[in-house]
Amino acid sequence: MDFDVVDLPATDHPTVGEEAPDFTRPLVNEEYWEDTSLSALLDSGPVLLVFHSMDGAFPATYLWNELRDRRFDDYELTVVGLSISSPYEHKSFIDEQGIEDTGFRLFSDPSNEVARSYDIEYSLDGMEGISEPRPAVFLIDAGGTIGYTWVAEEWPAFPDYDDLEDAVETELA
Amino acid sequence: MSQEPLTLYRLQACPYCERVVRVLSELDLDYQSRFVEPLHSERNVVKRLTGVRTVPVIVDENTGVTMAESANIVDYLERTYGDEGPLAEGATTQAAVSDGGA
Repeated sequence: MDFDVVDLPATDHPTVGEEAPDFTRPLVNEEYWEDTSLSALLDSGPVLLVFHSMDGAFPATYLWNELRDRRFDDYELTVVGLSISSPYEHKSFIDEQGIEDTGFRLFSDPSNEVARSYDIEYSLDGMEGISEPRPAVFLIDAGGTIGYTWVAEEWPAFPDYDDLEDAVETELA
Repeated sequence: MSQEPLTLYRLQACPYCERVVRVLSELDLDYQSRFVEPLHSERNVVKRLTGVRTVPVIVDENTGVTMAESANIVDYLERTYGDEGPLAEGATTQAAVSDGGA
């Protein structure tokens, strides 16, 4: 794709072999939301944690369409997103994207504190007072250790989905 | 005896739900909130549980009770977990709890 991209500054985000910072936020599915911790999700196995832009922005749409079309729901893995959108927006987004049958769920973090704890906070130009996570993916094993990570170095940016599939298949092998 | 957290299906800013929350707090019960949509037609999860789409609804794994209607819920909670209730904190016997009311 041809974009005029913005370079993002270097970050000190957690990386492979390090522990993923735990957090608790409302986790939204197609029917309701409830406070859920990352560690509680890890109790049932590895987690793919996907930080994305606000619901409604095209990168969020592209990203979830791709994960849906590539059938990431078929892996023995919990797939969760996280954005600054409210639970109400997440719930509509799950409906509109046609991902209600995938089991993909979305964390709501309007304060953007989780992104801050991962050092991937990004202040949006022209939207005073709003920051969101820069696009990022963390594959976390059941013990809470990061096995694969991709963090955007420019904006907009998308993960390399083939790489991500390889990483997931390696993790689950 | 440790109490399993109750699940409370609720709607943001719903006074009947807040009434149940107040009683849960007074009885010092662990509970987990699940927020549903304002739109009635979107509340299928609640309908599957109770046959109706109204909130609040509680699910109590300790007794197997699933119940709608705030007045009934408050009554049930006080009867079960209040001072005289079979599952009151410090109760020595774990009495069987029946259907839990209407």
